[in-house]
Amino acid sequence: MEKKTVLNVSNLSVTFRMYSKGMRKGGLKVISNLSASVREGEILAVAGSSGSGKSLLAHAVLGILPRNAIVTGEIEYMGEALTSARLTKLRGREIALVPQSVEYLDPLMKVGKQVSDDKYAVKRAFERYKLDESVMKLFPFQLSGGMMRRVLCATAVVTGAKLIIADEPTPGMSEELAARAMKHFRDLADAGAAVMLITHDIDLALRYCDRVAVFYAGTTVETALASDFGNIDNLRHPYTKALWRAMPQNDFAPTPGTQPYAGNLPDGCLFAPRCDRVTEECTRAAPESRTLRNGEVSCIYAD
Amino acid sequence: MRTAAGAIGRPLKNVGIYLLRGVSLLLASTIIAFFLSSIAPQDDPIHAYIQANPGVSAENVARMEEYWGLNQPPVARYVTWLKNILSGDMGYSTSNRRPVAEVIGVRFRASIALMMAAWIFSGILGFGVGCIMGRFAGRLIDRVLKRVCLVMCSIPTFWIGIVFLVFFSVTLGWFPFGLSMPIGANPDEVSIWQRLHHLVLPALTVSFLSFANLALVTREKLADVMESGYILFAKARGEKWILRRHALRNILIPAVTMQFGSFSELFGGSVIAENIFSYPGLGSALTASGKTDLPLFLGITLFSVLFVFCGNMIANILYSFIDPRVKRGD
Repeated sequence: MEKKTVLNVSNLSVTFRMYSKGMRKGGLKVISNLSASVREGEILAVAGSSGSGKSLLAHAVLGILPRNAIVTGEIEYMGEALTSARLTKLRGREIALVPQSVEYLDPLMKVGKQVSDDKYAVKRAFERYKLDESVMKLFPFQLSGGMMRRVLCATAVVTGAKLIIADEPTPGMSEELAARAMKHFRDLADAGAAVMLITHDIDLALRYCDRVAVFYAGTTVETALASDFGNIDNLRHPYTKALWRAMPQNDFAPTPGTQPYAGNLPDGCLFAPRCDRVTEECTRAAPESRTLRNGEVSCIYAD
Repeated sequence: MRTAAGAIGRPLKNVGIYLLRGVSLLLASTIIAFFLSSIAPQDDPIHAYIQANPGVSAENVARMEEYWGLNQPPVARYVTWLKNILSGDMGYSTSNRRPVAEVIGVRFRASIALMMAAWIFSGILGFGVGCIMGRFAGRLIDRVLKRVCLVMCSIPTFWIGIVFLVFFSVTLGWFPFGLSMPIGANPDEVSIWQRLHHLVLPALTVSFLSFANLALVTREKLADVMESGYILFAKARGEKWILRRHALRNILIPAVTMQFGSFSELFGGSVIAENIFSYPGLGSALTASGKTDLPLFLGITLFSVLFVFCGNMIANILYSFIDPRVKRGD
């Protein structure tokens, strides 16, 4: 049976209106032609380095971008456009965010109350994460790192959301704790939720996710199956291949150059300046996303 | 886990520390005030009296000095004064011809009404304006109010007092020129409304001192909170009443600090306002005592230090109720 697509983002662009002088009219484009989709029962890992637009995607879906952000493109939830009116109804109920850190909890409110006003729901969520009932009465500053992570997960679980967007849930955690956190997301997905897992740690994510969307400079370069990462020849985009080679267990080989900054993007393919297969053709226009071997790729030479 | 003894012991220990601090503060401030006044020119009533009445013989001066104990060295005089204070005797006010404690009691009642009115007014207005500015940080209303507040901060109390007096009392005639009740009225027959009527302008003058500061501090804090992760997360979770649920308590700490910490400015402001409006409170008594009435001067010093100390102590105690992190700050 075909699994239903819960979230589908296509051709998303996010531009920040800038007020400072000297900025080109139209502002700063931080995300361009970004596409990603998550189906029920699966984990989509969104991987990419800092500044590749991962968190902005999460914020765009949840409608919590700053006021000076202009969003274009399509965001669909359960096959229908996610309008702001619909989003207002859905967020916190069907769509839940697992935030990055303790900064996302009110420092002066007991965590139980922050997870939900419904005590019994909190109790159930806490049981699931093996959090003691007494934790409900603690303030965020009294939690250990591991407890904090579980509390943040509980804020999403308590809603019974169909779509869970986890924004960098593992940095700063020990390997064991991080693995356990990932296991929790796997369980949620196995229970039918669609999980979008935003992460730096592609190595860890690969062990738990179904598919990987690779972001570079604010755009999606490739969407691959997690299993594709077992062999470099299965990967499609030169950047993904470079990423694979950079992994410690593979060649551990860096790719020269750095990701370009928003506002200083090259014409055409954003990866062209660092790509070893670049031709003049690449700099003419941004490559369209196309389907290739059960994945998506934005490269004219990918095969 | 905290033991029962610890739970009781900590507050007790805190009270002990507060008391120790308070006593040492009072001691230090009276010592400084005493010796500053003893080295000031025209320090004692004898010289003031002699200047007004030339032709007093040296013998009589010596006799008077002996009577008032002014022939003793300052340290001995201070010790005597301190002993009397400890036995509950604050001395005799030479300018009022009444015991210092009584003068302070009467004057303080008038002053506390003035200061509290100003304090409450500046608190509500400052916090309210600060919340509006912080909520709409960066927008037009914020920019306008911020400029107004910055101007307010720069205006000295005596000047705004005089402007109020000229505008509201002289030009518009809405309020009386001064005093705490109509001239010549029997204090027993003065209604509360008449007293309030006399209180408005001095109170406004004093409150102008601190409301703008409070507003600016509250604005900064609220603007920070609005940018914080937890407000963003609350939005992402579709929470209602986000500001009341998450922001209010978080912006209370700086507001409480400012407002209770402003007791010193409140006292200082009331001294100025009372003089402008001839309002018979502690402040005007203090100015009157400045030259010759040392017991009253020291008494008011002692009292004002106690007043400011209490303000700070209340703020400290309130912290631990507002912010659980403060309670554990040991």
